[in-house]
Amino acid sequence: MSNKKRKNLTPTQQQYQDFAKAREPKIPILRNCIRAFLLGGIICTIGQGLNWFFMTYFNFDEKTAGNPTVAVLIFLSVLFTSLGFYDHIAQWGGAGTAVPVTGFANTISSAALEHKSEGFVLGVGGNMFKIAGPVIVYGVFSAFVVAIISVTIKWLGGM
Amino acid sequence: MIKGHQTWFFESKPVIIGSAAVGGPFEAQGALAKDFDLLHDDLWLGQDSYEKAEKKLMEQACETAIKKAGLKKEDIQFFMSGDLINQIISSSFTARTLGIPYLGLYGACSSSMEGLALASLLVDSKFAQNALAATSSHNAAAEKQYRYPTEYGAQKPPYAQWTVTGAGAAVVAQQGEGPRVIAATIGRVVDMGLSDPFNMGAAMAPAAVDTIEAHFRDTGIDVSQYDLIATGDLGRVGHQIAGDLLKKHGIDIPKEKFTDCGILIYRDDQPVFAGGSGCACAATTTYGHFISRMKRGELKRILVIATGALLSPMSYQQKETIPCIAHAVSIEM
Repeated sequence: MSNKKRKNLTPTQQQYQDFAKAREPKIPILRNCIRAFLLGGIICTIGQGLNWFFMTYFNFDEKTAGNPTVAVLIFLSVLFTSLGFYDHIAQWGGAGTAVPVTGFANTISSAALEHKSEGFVLGVGGNMFKIAGPVIVYGVFSAFVVAIISVTIKWLGGM
Repeated sequence: MIKGHQTWFFESKPVIIGSAAVGGPFEAQGALAKDFDLLHDDLWLGQDSYEKAEKKLMEQACETAIKKAGLKKEDIQFFMSGDLINQIISSSFTARTLGIPYLGLYGACSSSMEGLALASLLVDSKFAQNALAATSSHNAAAEKQYRYPTEYGAQKPPYAQWTVTGAGAAVVAQQGEGPRVIAATIGRVVDMGLSDPFNMGAAMAPAAVDTIEAHFRDTGIDVSQYDLIATGDLGRVGHQIAGDLLKKHGIDIPKEKFTDCGILIYRDDQPVFAGGSGCACAATTTYGHFISRMKRGELKRILVIATGALLSPMSYQQKETIPCIAHAVSIEM
């Protein structure tokens, strides 16, 4: 816990939290990292395979093969989410499934599925980007900031 | 009659003349499946939303409890109930179906014992011949409201818990056959400054300890007079903390007597992390498993301490800590 948060606690609360912490199971960080590496690696290898497939058998080059590759991965992720086992894979693989594009597709499809009971407009439409929304907002915003920095450096004759 | 600071002694010893536990598919595979009155293999119960499924669970629990009590719903004088869904709709919509004068409660997962204590109070004070207390929770409906969409792939920590899909109900009456409610200790809100909504066990353990201490202090009952002391839904993590904390405070409950509904309800090989949670956890375990054991003569006197975390998804996002509560009810056969 951060020190700032801790400062607001009374001594009794601090004492209890230490007492409780000693009895909580630790999050297996090393195991999670290894699993994330393996599963994330497998997903990326599949992606690489698809990339190669589209370049070899279809009329795509290195630059354009990315599009159908991502589309296939998104389709698989949405399919697995809808069939109800993406979350089980994610519990095992953690960041390995969250970081690739499959994780992003899962956030949108799971939210859409979940809120179907409130109708297609207010439910699905209104909640689809509930989890993915912040990623888009801050993704676009940070891209904007990085672009400004890059343009400024170029303008100053840095690159 | 009040005893000590916060304990009610029910002199007439109201009787639980009928009780019922209804569960979902995961509970059907659990360790206590045989003590449920009704189990469903469909998480949706044939409804088109999880919220409607939860309402159905509660309706079935109430109907079964009334039937087992040998009564009709017109005979029940008051209905008190609480659940986890926003504005306690499962309870209110069940009350709409039943048409019984209704008081809605909210004590999060402590609602089961809050309801039983209040129903017993009504009956003991002769303000009612009988009263129905119920509560419910639904795994997917709770996940949807408190956490993420059910199919969202977020990795949960090992101290997380699994919300029980089910409902429990009990009919309390002035006369009849069945276990009797002898006392209830109403808990205070305790907040030890924890703010991780996945770590409910550790957040709620101090509230359980506070109520257990108050119960023994107010009643003068000795630990040895109970055959079983069960916390509601602390899970493996919270239960361990509560046990150690009680020892530190000079109350030593033997391991074989001190248990937790969240540990009992599922088998060890089910992927439920630290154990069960939710309103239905304490309700189904008490109204199904414990009462069956009492009727079989295996248990004479038990204390159930239902624990609740009084947070909301918004309070957590606004960086509030988690206030917790626990209510204890003492039942004897």
